[in-house]
Amino acid sequence: MLDADFFHRWMTAAAALVSREADHLTELDSAIGDADHGSNMERGFAAVTAALGKEPPQTPGAVLVLAGRQLISTVGGASGPLYGTLLRRTGKSLGDASAVTPEQLAEALGAGVASVAQLGGAQAGDKTMLDALLPAAEALGTSFEAAKEAAEAGALATVPMQARKGRASYLGERSIGHKDPGAMSSALLVAALAETGAKDGSGA
Amino acid sequence: MSDGNQVGIVLVSHSGPVAESVAELAKGLAAGGATAPVAAAGGTPAGGLGTSAEQIAEAARSVDRGAGVALLVDLGSAVLTVKSMLAEGDELPEGSRLVDAPFVEGAVAAVVTASAGGDIAAVEAAASEAYGYRKL
Repeated sequence: MLDADFFHRWMTAAAALVSREADHLTELDSAIGDADHGSNMERGFAAVTAALGKEPPQTPGAVLVLAGRQLISTVGGASGPLYGTLLRRTGKSLGDASAVTPEQLAEALGAGVASVAQLGGAQAGDKTMLDALLPAAEALGTSFEAAKEAAEAGALATVPMQARKGRASYLGERSIGHKDPGAMSSALLVAALAETGAKDGSGA
Repeated sequence: MSDGNQVGIVLVSHSGPVAESVAELAKGLAAGGATAPVAAAGGTPAGGLGTSAEQIAEAARSVDRGAGVALLVDLGSAVLTVKSMLAEGDELPEGSRLVDAPFVEGAVAAVVTASAGGDIAAVEAAASEAYGYRKL
Protein backbone atom coordinates (compact mmCIF):
# COMPACT_ATOMS: atom_id res chain seq x y z
CA MET A 1 0.00 0.00 0.00
CA LEU A 2 1.13 3.55 -0.72
CA ASP A 3 0.56 5.98 2.14
CA ALA A 4 0.77 9.75 2.42
CA ASP A 5 4.45 9.53 3.25
CA PHE A 6 5.13 7.64 0.02
CA PHE A 7 3.45 10.41 -1.98
CA HIS A 8 5.39 13.01 -0.04
CA ARG A 9 8.64 11.20 -0.93
CA TRP A 10 7.53 11.02 -4.57
CA MET A 11 7.06 14.80 -4.70
CA THR A 12 10.42 15.34 -2.97
CA ALA A 13 12.12 13.04 -5.49
CA ALA A 14 10.38 14.88 -8.34
CA ALA A 15 11.62 18.21 -7.00
CA ALA A 16 15.18 16.87 -6.85
CA LEU A 17 15.02 15.47 -10.39
CA VAL A 18 13.50 18.66 -11.81
CA SER A 19 16.14 20.71 -10.06
CA ARG A 20 18.95 18.50 -11.37
CA GLU A 21 17.56 18.66 -14.92
CA ALA A 22 16.41 22.30 -14.84
CA ASP A 23 19.11 23.54 -17.21
CA HIS A 24 18.37 20.72 -19.62
CA LEU A 25 14.63 21.51 -19.56
CA THR A 26 15.31 25.17 -20.23
CA GLU A 27 17.70 24.28 -23.04
CA LEU A 28 14.99 22.17 -24.69
CA ASP A 29 12.51 25.00 -24.15
CA SER A 30 14.82 27.58 -25.71
CA ALA A 31 14.79 25.55 -28.93
CA ILE A 32 11.01 25.58 -29.39
CA GLY A 33 9.54 27.59 -26.52
CA ASP A 34 10.30 30.58 -24.37
CA ALA A 35 13.25 29.21 -22.39
CA ASP A 36 11.65 29.19 -18.98
CA HIS A 37 10.47 25.62 -18.43
CA GLY A 38 13.37 24.53 -16.23
CA SER A 39 13.29 27.53 -13.93
CA ASN A 40 9.47 27.51 -13.80
CA MET A 41 9.31 23.84 -12.85
CA GLU A 42 12.14 24.18 -10.36
CA ARG A 43 10.38 27.08 -8.64
CA GLY A 44 7.06 25.21 -8.66
CA PHE A 45 8.40 22.00 -7.15
CA ALA A 46 10.46 23.90 -4.59
CA ALA A 47 7.17 25.47 -3.45
CA VAL A 48 5.57 22.01 -3.40
CA THR A 49 8.20 20.54 -1.09
CA ALA A 50 8.12 23.63 1.12
CA ALA A 51 4.32 23.42 1.50
CA LEU A 52 4.38 19.66 2.12
CA GLY A 53 7.14 20.07 4.69
CA LYS A 54 5.32 22.80 6.55
CA GLU A 55 2.19 20.80 7.22
CA PRO A 56 2.38 17.25 5.82
CA PRO A 57 -1.08 16.15 4.61
CA GLN A 58 -2.45 12.93 6.06
CA THR A 59 -3.67 11.18 2.92
CA PRO A 60 -2.20 10.43 -0.52
CA GLY A 61 -4.99 12.43 -2.17
CA ALA A 62 -4.35 15.46 0.01
CA VAL A 63 -0.61 15.38 -0.77
CA LEU A 64 -1.31 15.56 -4.51
CA VAL A 65 -4.08 18.17 -4.18
CA LEU A 66 -1.78 20.44 -2.16
CA ALA A 67 1.08 19.88 -4.60
CA GLY A 68 -1.17 20.70 -7.54
CA ARG A 69 -2.41 23.88 -5.95
CA GLN A 70 1.16 25.01 -5.27
CA LEU A 71 2.13 24.41 -8.90
CA ILE A 72 -0.82 26.42 -10.20
CA SER A 73 0.02 29.36 -7.97
CA THR A 74 3.80 29.43 -8.34
CA VAL A 75 4.93 28.16 -11.75
CA GLY A 76 3.84 31.19 -13.76
CA GLY A 77 3.79 29.47 -17.15
CA ALA A 78 1.34 27.11 -18.85
CA SER A 79 3.00 24.14 -17.14
CA GLY A 80 1.61 25.43 -13.81
CA PRO A 81 -2.08 24.87 -14.54
CA LEU A 82 -1.30 21.76 -16.60
CA TYR A 83 0.79 19.97 -13.96
CA GLY A 84 -1.38 21.46 -11.22
CA THR A 85 -4.47 19.98 -12.83
CA LEU A 86 -2.70 16.65 -13.31
CA LEU A 87 -1.77 16.30 -9.63
CA ARG A 88 -4.95 17.83 -8.25
CA ARG A 89 -7.26 15.69 -10.35
CA THR A 90 -5.22 12.57 -9.59
CA GLY A 91 -5.35 13.46 -5.89
CA LYS A 92 -9.10 14.03 -5.94
CA SER A 93 -9.59 10.69 -7.70
CA LEU A 94 -7.75 8.99 -4.83
CA GLY A 95 -10.36 10.34 -2.42
CA ASP A 96 -9.53 10.41 1.28
CA ALA A 97 -8.18 6.89 1.74
CA SER A 98 -5.19 6.79 4.10
CA ALA A 99 -3.33 4.45 1.74
CA VAL A 100 -3.92 3.31 -1.83
CA THR A 101 -2.80 0.42 -4.03
CA PRO A 102 -0.61 0.92 -7.11
CA GLU A 103 -3.67 -0.08 -9.15
CA GLN A 104 -5.71 2.71 -7.58
CA LEU A 105 -2.90 5.15 -8.33
CA ALA A 106 -2.79 3.95 -11.95
CA GLU A 107 -6.51 4.55 -12.31
CA ALA A 108 -6.37 7.96 -10.63
CA LEU A 109 -3.43 9.05 -12.75
CA GLY A 110 -5.43 8.06 -15.81
CA ALA A 111 -8.16 10.46 -14.69
CA GLY A 112 -5.55 13.15 -14.04
CA VAL A 113 -4.06 12.75 -17.51
CA ALA A 114 -7.53 12.90 -19.06
CA SER A 115 -8.21 16.24 -17.38
CA VAL A 116 -4.88 17.61 -18.63
CA ALA A 117 -5.97 16.64 -22.15
CA GLN A 118 -9.29 18.37 -21.59
CA LEU A 119 -7.72 21.54 -20.17
CA GLY A 120 -5.14 21.96 -22.90
CA GLY A 121 -7.20 20.52 -25.73
CA ALA A 122 -4.27 18.40 -26.89
CA GLN A 123 -4.12 14.77 -27.87
CA ALA A 124 -1.51 12.09 -28.49
CA GLY A 125 0.93 13.09 -31.22
CA ASP A 126 0.64 16.86 -30.68
CA LYS A 127 4.17 16.99 -29.20
CA THR A 128 3.12 17.77 -25.64
CA MET A 129 3.45 16.33 -22.15
CA LEU A 130 0.59 13.98 -23.05
CA ASP A 131 2.92 12.03 -25.32
CA ALA A 132 4.80 10.95 -22.19
CA LEU A 133 1.87 10.83 -19.77
CA LEU A 134 -0.62 8.80 -21.81
CA PRO A 135 1.69 5.78 -22.29
CA ALA A 136 2.95 6.13 -18.71
CA ALA A 137 -0.55 6.04 -17.22
CA GLU A 138 -1.30 2.96 -19.27
CA ALA A 139 1.92 1.17 -18.27
CA LEU A 140 1.45 2.09 -14.62
CA GLY A 141 -1.02 -0.81 -14.42
CA THR A 142 1.99 -3.10 -14.96
CA SER A 143 4.65 -1.50 -12.74
CA PHE A 144 6.24 1.83 -11.81
CA GLU A 145 9.34 0.85 -13.75
CA ALA A 146 7.27 0.09 -16.86
CA ALA A 147 5.59 3.48 -16.51
CA LYS A 148 8.97 5.18 -16.30
CA GLU A 149 10.19 3.42 -19.44
CA ALA A 150 6.96 4.24 -21.28
CA ALA A 151 7.23 7.92 -20.33
CA GLU A 152 10.86 8.12 -21.44
CA ALA A 153 10.06 6.40 -24.74
CA GLY A 154 7.07 8.72 -25.17
CA ALA A 155 9.20 11.80 -24.56
CA LEU A 156 11.82 10.59 -27.03
CA ALA A 157 9.09 9.96 -29.60
CA THR A 158 8.22 13.69 -29.57
CA VAL A 159 11.52 14.52 -31.35
CA PRO A 160 10.25 13.95 -34.90
CA MET A 161 6.78 15.34 -34.18
CA GLN A 162 5.51 18.72 -35.32
CA ALA A 163 4.03 20.73 -32.45
CA ARG A 164 0.32 21.39 -32.72
CA LYS A 165 -0.29 23.05 -29.33
CA GLY A 166 1.19 25.96 -27.44
CA ARG A 167 3.85 28.40 -28.46
CA ALA A 168 5.92 25.75 -30.24
CA SER A 169 3.08 25.27 -32.73
CA TYR A 170 3.80 28.74 -34.18
CA LEU A 171 7.12 27.32 -35.37
CA GLY A 172 5.39 24.82 -37.66
CA GLU A 173 7.88 22.44 -39.24
CA ARG A 174 10.77 24.08 -37.40
CA SER A 175 9.50 22.40 -34.22
CA ILE A 176 10.51 19.04 -35.72
CA GLY A 177 13.78 17.58 -34.44
CA HIS A 178 13.53 18.78 -30.84
CA LYS A 179 12.34 16.88 -27.80
CA ASP A 180 9.32 18.49 -26.20
CA PRO A 181 10.29 20.00 -22.82
CA GLY A 182 6.88 19.22 -21.30
CA ALA A 183 7.14 15.56 -22.30
CA MET A 184 10.64 15.53 -20.81
CA SER A 185 9.49 16.96 -17.46
CA SER A 186 6.56 14.53 -17.43
CA ALA A 187 9.04 11.69 -17.83
CA LEU A 188 10.97 13.08 -14.85
CA LEU A 189 7.82 13.07 -12.72
CA VAL A 190 7.20 9.41 -13.58
CA ALA A 191 10.89 8.56 -13.08
CA ALA A 192 10.64 10.05 -9.59
CA LEU A 193 7.70 7.75 -8.89
CA ALA A 194 9.69 4.70 -10.03
CA GLU A 195 12.66 5.81 -7.96
CA THR A 196 10.47 6.22 -4.87
CA GLY A 197 8.84 2.84 -5.45
CA ALA A 198 12.20 1.10 -5.96
CA LYS A 199 13.50 2.49 -2.67
CA ASP A 200 10.77 0.97 -0.58
CA GLY A 201 10.04 -2.02 -2.75
CA SER A 202 6.45 -1.06 -3.58
CA GLY A 203 7.05 -0.63 -7.29
CA ALA A 204 5.83 -3.95 -8.58
CA MET B 1 -29.02 51.79 -16.45
CA SER B 2 -29.97 49.68 -13.52
CA ASP B 3 -29.42 50.44 -9.90
CA GLY B 4 -28.15 46.89 -9.48
CA ASN B 5 -24.56 45.94 -8.95
CA GLN B 6 -22.22 46.02 -11.89
CA VAL B 7 -20.39 43.08 -13.36
CA GLY B 8 -16.66 43.13 -12.57
CA ILE B 9 -14.06 42.75 -15.32
CA VAL B 10 -10.64 41.12 -14.88
CA LEU B 11 -8.03 41.40 -17.63
CA VAL B 12 -5.45 38.61 -17.52
CA SER B 13 -2.36 38.94 -19.68
CA HIS B 14 1.11 37.39 -19.82
CA SER B 15 2.38 40.90 -19.32
CA GLY B 16 1.62 43.31 -16.48
CA PRO B 17 1.90 46.43 -18.66
CA VAL B 18 -0.38 44.91 -21.32
CA ALA B 19 -3.10 44.08 -18.78
CA GLU B 20 -2.87 47.53 -17.19
CA SER B 21 -2.82 49.41 -20.50
CA VAL B 22 -5.80 47.51 -21.85
CA ALA B 23 -7.68 48.25 -18.61
CA GLU B 24 -6.89 51.96 -19.04
CA LEU B 25 -7.91 51.89 -22.68
CA ALA B 26 -11.20 50.13 -21.96
CA LYS B 27 -12.07 52.48 -19.12
CA GLY B 28 -11.13 55.49 -21.22
CA LEU B 29 -13.37 54.37 -24.08
CA ALA B 30 -16.29 53.57 -21.78
CA ALA B 31 -17.26 57.26 -21.88
CA GLY B 32 -17.11 59.72 -19.03
CA GLY B 33 -18.05 59.12 -15.46
CA ALA B 34 -17.65 56.03 -13.35
CA THR B 35 -17.14 52.73 -15.11
CA ALA B 36 -17.75 49.19 -13.95
CA PRO B 37 -14.95 47.85 -11.73
CA VAL B 38 -11.98 46.71 -13.81
CA ALA B 39 -8.80 45.05 -12.53
CA ALA B 40 -5.64 44.04 -14.35
CA ALA B 41 -3.84 40.79 -13.51
CA GLY B 42 -0.80 40.55 -15.75
CA GLY B 43 2.62 38.99 -15.47
CA THR B 44 4.19 37.30 -12.48
CA PRO B 45 4.39 38.86 -8.99
CA ALA B 46 8.09 39.47 -9.67
CA GLY B 47 7.18 41.56 -12.71
CA GLY B 48 8.17 39.01 -15.36
CA LEU B 49 6.13 37.52 -18.19
CA GLY B 50 3.69 34.85 -17.08
CA THR B 51 0.51 34.35 -15.13
CA SER B 52 -0.15 34.37 -11.41
CA ALA B 53 -3.15 32.54 -9.98
CA GLU B 54 -2.87 34.61 -6.83
CA GLN B 55 -2.96 37.91 -8.71
CA ILE B 56 -5.95 36.71 -10.71
CA ALA B 57 -7.83 35.63 -7.57
CA GLU B 58 -7.03 38.93 -5.89
CA ALA B 59 -8.14 40.94 -8.95
CA ALA B 60 -11.39 38.99 -9.18
CA ARG B 61 -12.14 39.57 -5.49
CA SER B 62 -11.45 43.27 -5.89
CA VAL B 63 -14.03 43.74 -8.66
CA ASP B 64 -16.68 41.35 -7.35
CA ARG B 65 -19.88 43.26 -6.53
CA GLY B 66 -22.05 40.16 -6.49
CA ALA B 67 -23.18 40.44 -10.11
CA GLY B 68 -20.54 38.13 -11.54
CA VAL B 69 -17.01 38.61 -12.77
CA ALA B 70 -16.02 38.35 -16.44
CA LEU B 71 -12.41 37.29 -16.99
CA LEU B 72 -10.76 38.08 -20.32
CA VAL B 73 -7.44 36.45 -21.13
CA ASP B 74 -4.78 36.75 -23.80
CA LEU B 75 -3.00 33.44 -24.44
CA GLY B 76 -1.18 30.37 -23.20
CA SER B 77 -0.89 30.20 -19.44
CA ALA B 78 -3.39 33.04 -19.01
CA VAL B 79 -6.09 30.86 -20.57
CA LEU B 80 -5.03 27.66 -18.80
CA THR B 81 -4.63 29.26 -15.39
CA VAL B 82 -8.11 30.78 -15.40
CA LYS B 83 -9.61 27.53 -16.71
CA SER B 84 -7.95 25.50 -13.99
CA MET B 85 -9.04 27.99 -11.33
CA LEU B 86 -12.64 27.77 -12.52
CA ALA B 87 -12.40 23.97 -12.48
CA GLU B 88 -11.37 24.07 -8.84
CA GLY B 89 -14.54 25.91 -7.91
CA ASP B 90 -13.54 27.92 -4.85
CA GLU B 91 -10.69 30.09 -6.09
CA LEU B 92 -12.77 32.69 -7.90
CA PRO B 93 -15.91 34.52 -6.74
CA GLU B 94 -19.24 32.92 -7.48
CA GLY B 95 -20.51 33.88 -10.90
CA SER B 96 -17.03 34.18 -12.41
CA ARG B 97 -16.76 33.35 -16.10
CA LEU B 98 -13.96 32.98 -18.58
CA VAL B 99 -15.14 35.01 -21.55
CA ASP B 100 -14.05 33.84 -24.98
CA ALA B 101 -13.13 37.10 -26.69
CA PRO B 102 -10.28 38.98 -28.38
CA PHE B 103 -8.34 40.64 -25.56
CA VAL B 104 -8.32 44.31 -26.48
CA GLU B 105 -11.55 44.66 -28.42
CA GLY B 106 -13.35 42.30 -26.05
CA ALA B 107 -12.18 44.27 -23.03
CA VAL B 108 -13.57 47.51 -24.45
CA ALA B 109 -16.92 45.87 -25.27
CA ALA B 110 -17.08 44.22 -21.84
CA VAL B 111 -16.29 47.38 -19.88
CA VAL B 112 -18.72 49.50 -21.90
CA THR B 113 -21.49 46.93 -21.46
CA ALA B 114 -20.83 46.38 -17.76
CA SER B 115 -20.65 50.14 -17.14
CA ALA B 116 -24.04 50.53 -18.81
CA GLY B 117 -25.48 48.07 -16.33
CA GLY B 118 -25.49 44.95 -18.50
CA ASP B 119 -25.62 41.64 -16.68
CA ILE B 120 -22.94 38.96 -16.95
CA ALA B 121 -24.61 37.33 -19.97
CA ALA B 122 -24.79 40.67 -21.78
CA VAL B 123 -21.15 41.42 -20.95
CA GLU B 124 -20.08 38.02 -22.20
CA ALA B 125 -22.10 38.35 -25.41
CA ALA B 126 -20.74 41.83 -26.14
CA ALA B 127 -17.15 40.74 -25.58
CA SER B 128 -17.52 37.62 -27.72
CA GLU B 129 -19.17 39.59 -30.51
CA ALA B 130 -15.90 41.50 -30.82
CA TYR B 131 -14.61 38.45 -32.74
CA GLY B 132 -16.87 39.54 -35.56
CA TYR B 133 -15.40 42.99 -35.85
CA ARG B 134 -13.54 42.73 -39.17
CA LYS B 135 -10.91 45.30 -40.02
CA LEU B 136 -10.93 44.74 -43.74
